[in-house]
Amino acid sequence: MDFNEYKGVWVFIEQKDGEVAPVSLELLGAGRKLADKRGVELAGILIGEHVKSLTKTVFEYGADTVYVYDQPLFKHYRTETYMKALLECSDKYKPEIILYGATSTGKDLASAVATDLPTGLTADTTELDVEEETGLLLASRPAFGGNIMATILCKKYRPQMATVRAKVIKALPPEVGRIGKVVEETVSLKEEDIRTKVLEIVKETVKKVRIDEADIVVAGGKGLGSYEGFQLIHHLAETLGGAVGASRDVVEAGWIDHPHQVGQTGVTVTPKIYFAIGISGAIQHIVGMKNAGLIIAINKDKEAPIFQNCHYGIVGDAFEIVPVLIEQFKQALSSDKVMK
Amino acid sequence: MFHIVACIKQVPDTKIIKMNPKTNTMDRRTAPAILNPYDAHAVEEAVRLKQRYGGTVSVVTMGPPPAVSAIKKCIEIGADEGYLITDRRFAGADTLATSYAVTKAIEKIAKTRPVDLIICGKMSIDGDTGQVGPGIARRLDIPPLTSVNKVVEINLEERYAVVHRKLEDGYEVVQSTLPCLFSVEKTINDVPYSPMPNMLKAARYKPHIWSVDDLEDVDIKQLGLKGSPTIVSKVWAPQKLAGGTFLEGNPAAQVEQLLQILLEKKELFESKEGM
Ligand SMILES: Cc1cc2nc3c(=O)[nH]c(=O)nc-3n(C[C@H](O)[C@H](O)[C@H](O)COP(=O)(O)OP(=O)(O)OC[C@H]3O[C@@H](n4cnc5c(N)ncnc54)[C@H](O)[C@@H]3O)c2cc1C
Ligand SMILES: Cc1cc2nc3c(=O)[nH]c(=O)nc-3n(C[C@H](O)[C@H](O)[C@H](O)COP(=O)(O)OP(=O)(O)OC[C@H]3O[C@@H](n4cnc5c(N)ncnc54)[C@H](O)[C@@H]3O)c2cc1C
Repeated sequence: MDFNEYKGVWVFIEQKDGEVAPVSLELLGAGRKLADKRGVELAGILIGEHVKSLTKTVFEYGADTVYVYDQPLFKHYRTETYMKALLECSDKYKPEIILYGATSTGKDLASAVATDLPTGLTADTTELDVEEETGLLLASRPAFGGNIMATILCKKYRPQMATVRAKVIKALPPEVGRIGKVVEETVSLKEEDIRTKVLEIVKETVKKVRIDEADIVVAGGKGLGSYEGFQLIHHLAETLGGAVGASRDVVEAGWIDHPHQVGQTGVTVTPKIYFAIGISGAIQHIVGMKNAGLIIAINKDKEAPIFQNCHYGIVGDAFEIVPVLIEQFKQALSSDKVMK
Repeated sequence: MFHIVACIKQVPDTKIIKMNPKTNTMDRRTAPAILNPYDAHAVEEAVRLKQRYGGTVSVVTMGPPPAVSAIKKCIEIGADEGYLITDRRFAGADTLATSYAVTKAIEKIAKTRPVDLIICGKMSIDGDTGQVGPGIARRLDIPPLTSVNKVVEINLEERYAVVHRKLEDGYEVVQSTLPCLFSVEKTINDVPYSPMPNMLKAARYKPHIWSVDDLEDVDIKQLGLKGSPTIVSKVWAPQKLAGGTFLEGNPAAQVEQLLQILLEKKELFESKEGM
């Protein structure tokens, strides 16, 4: 394998309902840094139906080139069709690095592509870097349930591929009007030859909980004792105008739904303020919230690991502290308004 | 007859895992080996499909000899046959090499009994890449259906399956030709306590044990560490934050300090001012 043939950093641009997935924008930011360090191009690979107009966004967020596959065949995501496009494109233009969001689509696609190429694929990366000289991708990820971090390398194969978690890297601020080169491609595949069909897409009507987009997250744990006790978390969140988060044990107890779970098998959040109330601070929880701007922990046990992973800690009973806080905060805000 | 193969893995229980802080390695003595919890759901689903449509459930795993106990656990759940492929030459496999070895085992199993469906867990709790299932599907050139959380229908005459695949904001209904591979979500089913006859059967059960030499058409270069493009170059403990400052005093005093800290970030609460 001649490594010199492989050049450039690519990001798989995930899109749905006429929008680019936020994780893809984040990856363009990450990809831009890698590409600049290597002195190469950053490209997006965009697959779908009626997606050409999205190239504008992809350029604004940092890409120099976008490879576009715009065919009815790609209306819905299917492993077989998307994989074919990626394999053909990669074969033709030979990128050195391809990044995918670690979403269900990104992971599905990347695993299939890696097997066919074949090449190495690092899963659920949370930190990325590249060796300037060699182009070796340094992809780091948590493993063993978040107990360790590992740096994974792919020395002998190209392209090097990784799926990257949402929210671990910041998107660049978009540069309005920034443009680049659009390269249109097609694959020759007949619908009859494809073995899977999407019969229907069902949107769940439940209100979308986006704790990953909230500035303030108030999260509660098993320490709240019961479903009724957990309502305290809702009250504080309401008072502060924040979203409600939870530990996994709380979700498993059925006090709140899974979209509220913070952590390794839940959501990664990056709010400006994070409250961890009655949460012990298991490593799997910490990995989901450690990048919050300000972490405040309230726990009855002074030895709870959460206190090693917070900025301010209050040792005490949540049922004593939180109601007082709610009261005082309401007062402070209303008097503040009076002063204005 | 309907033949389902479930792929399973024995893993250290990461909930009770202890790390050696000096070497940053896992202290395996403190971590009991268990059947990967996601795979229990995979096997359970296979057993339910068997109850619905008739047929046989086989489980296959690549791992060290003690992985026999994970196979026995699957027999308890209701699987009929278990296959362990174990050999030093498999050691150090990444997902590419793992999917290669497991595929070779499935191909051999299929020689005696053709396989209609393969079921994997969504991911393992140790490596947790979720890459092995799709890898096996590609190697067998069958469609991979990941994030499956409901099996609507298996039609053995017309050779297709219909499932729900979980999406970030709902689900999609997908039809695929058979054979295909599912990797399943935990929400697909509940794994109940095993019935006593299954437990007795499991206690006596002896799985088929194969080495590399028992498999056919194997390219040794694609196995184990040699066949693995990814390498783990550095392992470290995740960084902790500096450790918090404890607020002092009685609850009222602590709240007072917390309030000051919060009000310094007043701009965050501005949207609340209208209330
Ligand atoms: C593979 C894997 C993935 C996982 N993924 C996640 C994940 O995504 N997210 C996650 O959160 N967990 C996850 N876990 C579970 C994790 O290991 C912990 O079990 C879980 O986070 C513990 O939840 P908890 O802190 O609410 O409960 P506990 O550990 O039971 O802690 C309760 C805490 O509340 C305190 N407390 C009790 N009463 C009060 C009171 N009145 N006032 C104040 N404090 C009080 C106690 O001192 C204690 O510290 C995962 C585990 C595994 C193995
Ligand atoms: C710290 C660390 C980090 C790693 N990171 C990566 C990485 O980024 N990329 C990479 O390619 N490899 C990585 N590996 C190697 C990877 O863990 C192994 O290849 C492992 O054998 C399979 O991957 P998994 O545990 O992630 O399984 P997953 O792909 O998460 O498992 C999904 C399903 O596949 C099936 N399955 C998995 N393993 C087996 C098996 N042995 N036998 C039968 N069925 C099985 C099960 O149904 C399981 O539910 C890493 C290993 C370590 C120690």
